[in-house]
Amino acid sequence: MLSRIAESLFWIGRYVERADGTARILDVHLERLNHLPTEERRSVARELLGVMGARPQNEDFGLEELLHALAYDKHSATSIAGSLGAARENARRARETVSSGLWESLNTTYYGLNQHRKDVVGTYRFCHWVLERTAMVSGLADTTVSHDDSWLFLALGRSLERADMTARMLSTRDVLSAGMSWVNMLRCAGAYESFLRTRRAAFGDQHAAEFLLLDRLFPRSIVYALRDADDCLAKLDPSAQRVGFINDARRIVGQARTFLEFHRTDDLMSELPEHMERVQKAVAQASDAISRKYFNQADELAWVGEVS
Amino acid sequence: MSDLFQDYSEAAGRTGAYDEMFAPGQKARQSYGQVAGALRELSLADVSARADSMARTFLDRGVTFDFAGEERPFPLDIVPRVIPADEWDVLERGVAQRVRALEAFLNDVYDKMTVVSDGVIPRQLVTTSAHFHRAVHGFEPAGGVRVHISGIDVVRDAAGTFRVLEDNVRVPSGVSYVLENRRAMAKGLPEAFGQQLIRPVEEYPRRLLSALRKTAPSGVDDPTVVVLTPGVFNSAYFEHTLLAGLMGVELVEGRDLICRGNRVYMRTTAGEQRVDVIYKRIDDDFLDPLQFRSDSMLGCPGLVNAARAGGVTIANAVGNGVADDKLVYSYVPDLIRYYLGEEPVIANVDTFRLEEKEAREHVLDRLDELVVKPVDGSGGKGLVIGPDASKDELDALRKRIIADPRGWIAQPVLQLSTVPTLSGDKFGPRHVDLRPFAVNDGDDVWVLPGGLTRVALKEGSLIVNSSQGGGSKDTWVLAGSPQVPVEQLPRQSVTVRERVSVWPVESNWRDRQSEQQQQQQISDAQEVPANA
Repeated sequence: MLSRIAESLFWIGRYVERADGTARILDVHLERLNHLPTEERRSVARELLGVMGARPQNEDFGLEELLHALAYDKHSATSIAGSLGAARENARRARETVSSGLWESLNTTYYGLNQHRKDVVGTYRFCHWVLERTAMVSGLADTTVSHDDSWLFLALGRSLERADMTARMLSTRDVLSAGMSWVNMLRCAGAYESFLRTRRAAFGDQHAAEFLLLDRLFPRSIVYALRDADDCLAKLDPSAQRVGFINDARRIVGQARTFLEFHRTDDLMSELPEHMERVQKAVAQASDAISRKYFNQADELAWVGEVS
Repeated sequence: MSDLFQDYSEAAGRTGAYDEMFAPGQKARQSYGQVAGALRELSLADVSARADSMARTFLDRGVTFDFAGEERPFPLDIVPRVIPADEWDVLERGVAQRVRALEAFLNDVYDKMTVVSDGVIPRQLVTTSAHFHRAVHGFEPAGGVRVHISGIDVVRDAAGTFRVLEDNVRVPSGVSYVLENRRAMAKGLPEAFGQQLIRPVEEYPRRLLSALRKTAPSGVDDPTVVVLTPGVFNSAYFEHTLLAGLMGVELVEGRDLICRGNRVYMRTTAGEQRVDVIYKRIDDDFLDPLQFRSDSMLGCPGLVNAARAGGVTIANAVGNGVADDKLVYSYVPDLIRYYLGEEPVIANVDTFRLEEKEAREHVLDRLDELVVKPVDGSGGKGLVIGPDASKDELDALRKRIIADPRGWIAQPVLQLSTVPTLSGDKFGPRHVDLRPFAVNDGDDVWVLPGGLTRVALKEGSLIVNSSQGGGSKDTWVLAGSPQVPVEQLPRQSVTVRERVSVWPVESNWRDRQSEQQQQQQISDAQEVPANA
């Protein structure tokens, strides 16, 4: 398939997953932020923004600014609206390749962005709406696009972004330690019920962290997501099945995954922030390696976000 | 007749135009019987609700055009334009005839120019055309086709006669709306389809692909076809994606292509892949920076040489613009007689050639009564409608005509025919034109039944272009006979015995039923309280 289209599909996968992850994180953290006194609220809002990979634009950063930055800012690839706009723009560029069902659901989602209130109360509804929409987009991608290279690029973007997002979720726990329970952490990932069924009620913090890091069956755990990414990469490059050169992206993803799988859980937990940063770095490097291998173009490409 | 049309006839009468739906008096024409009947059943609220729903569907599906950087849904009016079989027969023959003549003309113009030496047209006419490209002189197109796709604009004058308004043999657009409009109408106003047989339009992408493949460079067994788009900001980007999608081919931008050794390749995740046929949706000027505008980033350097060398087919061929120059247009009836030895099936609109002194003087005296058009314009750009123009505008126009008489033509103001169109809370007469699309594969010119009916949504306006506030209508060509031809009926090809042997339908079905019953029992059991 065309390199340019492959790149678009990869980024559709990433942006949709980013919107989903951001909505989950925002939803859970908003609940807690609401209970805090004003001053503390400001500092927590700043920290949360930092974990999501952005920096406050001005001194006056509070809850309202956080909502704008993570939910409604159409010009930022960090926000939900920005991610969904960018996903839609990429789909528009790859429109003859994505299924019409997938395109339409991204398109209507994009038009639906304007219909949500921008205050705290409205943001809860907004987050839930986003989770529904992204689930629908994902479902349509899985059921209406042939699982050939085009879908593999989409799934690859999705799984890398998912690993990255779960790493960020786990980082928020550390940064915002005061009163941020593991229960909420699990809720962020939509993992609470699965976790309870696996562990029953007898659990401690360590088990919850393990679950999100290492569970091989829960789809939003980091190890699961990295394995998914590796599967996609293996299918995209079937020539490297036996001995010999494995491409950069696979090496990076594989190293990150095995590092987590074969490290002592105690050690992982005691240095959680470092390890989560390592995962995010690996995702960025793998993404670069994929660009170099598959999306190489004569001209420099810039990823288009909102076109208003 | 429903109240919706109460004052319609009178309003239509005032325009002085031919109305497609209502003959003078109150009666709907026979071809519109079913449509009129369906609309009569609906209240205004129903009609508005359906029109809104159709508009929303277009927005959701992204059936848009780009207007000044903004995506807008292309407005579709709920009343279709209906063309009876006998009228369509004339249009179909006329359009195909015109394409054949233009094809012959282009072949001649880039070869021996016998049309000039035989004195049919002046040499200057060709050589001064902005779209005459010497770069393709002597070029023999694969399969002998230069005009693979054309859109010949026709209108109906006040007497009800069809006339050709202009020829588009470069990059005619709009066919995607023909396909989308039909889809939307089938859902939006199914009652209007009723018992009548409307000729289908969905065959277009298949016909197009097969013509493109058939005109691939010789020696290529299984040609790779692509659609070349200038990109997402082009006003017709939606159409490019739709056609590529429906043909199942790649939609490429210039930067996806590379030319090497007079062959063209596209960059794919599996390396470079050869491209044999390019359906270009870019103007010649932007196609190849080596030949044309060197500042263009839209095309790909080397394309024109590759096409000249027979390494790739470009559709439509480079240099076609000379045939839809509006001054050349005025000679097309002569070209039809010269190349085909036939009389034109559809007449031109009367056209003044401003190069001719007498015509020019006549026109300059009557600018306020005429339409004046630039010869190489498209999309209604630069067009001046005399009766609507201010004195200053006409003075400016006069100066420009005197400075460059080759650059303009003049035509009488035509009262284009009208069709009822929903506007606010009633139907009003709105002017329409029609762009039938033809596909030429070298052996046969196929005309898509119908075409794009564009409608001027503003009351009294004669400008139907989408960039100037126009919308469209679904165009229905009625089949002559309401009976489905026998070969289109589903055939019983598998006997029951055979079917059982490959797929044990009955036994499977029973398994499924008992499975469901079991499931049912389990859930019933669960509802019984534990202590019962």
